[in-house]
Amino acid sequence: MPEVTFTQPSGERITVSADVGRSLMKVAVENLVPGIVGECGGDLSCATCHVFVDVPWVAKLPPMTAEEEQMLDVTAEEPTAASRLCCQITLTEDLDGLSLHVPETQR
Amino acid sequence: MTADSDLLIIGGGQAAGELAAALRSRDWGGSIAIVGEEDHVPYTRPPLSKAYLRGEVEAADLYLRRPDFYDRHGIAVSAGVAVADVDLEAQTVTLDDGRVRTWRKLVFATGGRPRRLPDSILRSAPNVHYIRTLADVDRLKAVRTDGASFVVVGGGYVGLEIASVLRSLDAQVTLVEAAVRLLGRVTSPVVSEFFRRLHRDRGVDVRVGTAVVEYQYSDAGNVIGAVLSDGSRIAVDQLLVGIGMVPNDELAARAGIDVDGGILVDRFCRTSANDVFAVGDVAKVTDLDGEPPRRLESMPNAVSHARVLADYLSGVEQPAVDPPWFWSDQYDIKLQSAGLVVPDDELVIRGNPDERRFSVLYLRDGVVTAVDAIGSRADYAAARKLIAQRVLVDAGIAADPGRRLLEAALASAGTTD
Ligand SMILES: Cc1cc2nc3c(=O)[nH]c(=O)nc-3n(C[C@H](O)[C@H](O)[C@H](O)COP(=O)(O)OP(=O)(O)OC[C@H]3O[C@@H](n4cnc5c(N)ncnc54)[C@H](O)[C@@H]3O)c2cc1C
Ligand code: FES
Repeated sequence: MPEVTFTQPSGERITVSADVGRSLMKVAVENLVPGIVGECGGDLSCATCHVFVDVPWVAKLPPMTAEEEQMLDVTAEEPTAASRLCCQITLTEDLDGLSLHVPETQR
Repeated sequence: MTADSDLLIIGGGQAAGELAAALRSRDWGGSIAIVGEEDHVPYTRPPLSKAYLRGEVEAADLYLRRPDFYDRHGIAVSAGVAVADVDLEAQTVTLDDGRVRTWRKLVFATGGRPRRLPDSILRSAPNVHYIRTLADVDRLKAVRTDGASFVVVGGGYVGLEIASVLRSLDAQVTLVEAAVRLLGRVTSPVVSEFFRRLHRDRGVDVRVGTAVVEYQYSDAGNVIGAVLSDGSRIAVDQLLVGIGMVPNDELAARAGIDVDGGILVDRFCRTSANDVFAVGDVAKVTDLDGEPPRRLESMPNAVSHARVLADYLSGVEQPAVDPPWFWSDQYDIKLQSAGLVVPDDELVIRGNPDERRFSVLYLRDGVVTAVDAIGSRADYAAARKLIAQRVLVDAGIAADPGRRLLEAALASAGTTD
């Protein structure tokens, strides 16, 4: 099972392992990772699943759809070039070791 | 005396599941029990009339969290069991199998049930469908659709979404709405008209301002025909009724808790009884800074109540601040709404409904209070910010589709407080 690390604004690192095929948002909420809300259940309607992808991983993720890009406009914390909505990222074996930062706030 | 649970949640829907998880994520250490009538761990309903009906996702995909989540986090879920009675004095509930459970704090997360047509009009015919639960949709999915004649009674979001899926499954669909327009209670005439035309263009026979005056039955008790107020008769293979929801507040009322079209709560989800709370579709919030009491039926509302109550129980008093929001999928069109539309609002229309990409901003005294965005996530996103910040905008500038909404608004902006 691939492992993913969510680093909190405090610097605390939370590493979880999960089945491939799940969205990162689901993985985070099922492990009670603080700061990932996922209010709309992955429907690209809420932007409360915002993460900053650690730089080495940015290019390894599947590209954003136009819809995801538009919804990044509504995140509570200012998005950067490393921002993604993690409900749109499906876990694969290739993503083992993926490392992300959770924003201060999602709303 | 120790209670069976420190917190007992009646109902196992979205609000219940989110509340239990929110408490654990705040390290709330008491014991938590969920007693839910349906045979599932908490699941999310919006896909029922969308991806699940289309057959694109399975029941397990709708679960908020996997079944093992609850075990791992010390949340005892009893599925398929209803609470039959509540005793506030003794701090007990009696389950429908006769067992008695004690609690210290009690939460009503009982949601609602579909409003039924009166039995005098409609017997409980086997081909009549109401849509609220997975079981309801499974029953509908078992029915043959291609070429069959479906009559949908009620032009709200659920009825419209189901009509759109049925069309994609090659059913013949007639949609009957007694009011003069679709979605009349929740949006403006522009948006209502957009959806009427959308459904008409996709082959739905949309009859607004029309009521069913009589149902006709076969000997086996199936509905086979509907006579409409315009005098026409429509053959019926399946009848779908989507005329709203009734809050499940009777249990609370019987226990002596204040109800009035929902369980009355304050902004922290507290009911009139000590240590008793209500969240989600069943909860009617009464202290809204002078606004009339309101009960919302939406998933974000359920999630927001869960968060507010979890904060409160963890010793943080944080009332909800986000404006309400909602979405709907019909055919390839996505509607996203935020705020609440009030009849006298000034309307600003951006873009062109004919291009199936436009948004309507609702202004009250120049302040953006609501938005309906169709195929325009950017406007939706911008408007949500404007609503939350109570931004004063110039209607003329905001209407210019050549400018991005946020820029246009800021060009004319002031904030009210
Ligand atoms: C088809 C459909 C589509 C929808 N689409 C959207 C959408 O696109 N966007 C959106 O925001 N919202 C949508 N909604 C609304 C959303 O699903 C509800 O607002 C949400 O489910 C409310 O959650 P809740 O937990 O308050 O109530 P519910 O989900 O209704 O859960 C209440 C649960 O309590 C149980 N219960 C009741 N009484 C008892 C008892 N005495 N003992 C034990 N259990 C009991 C019920 O069986 C039920 O399982 C939709 C709803 C439906 C039906
Ligand atoms: S969960 Fe709502 S946008 Fe990702």
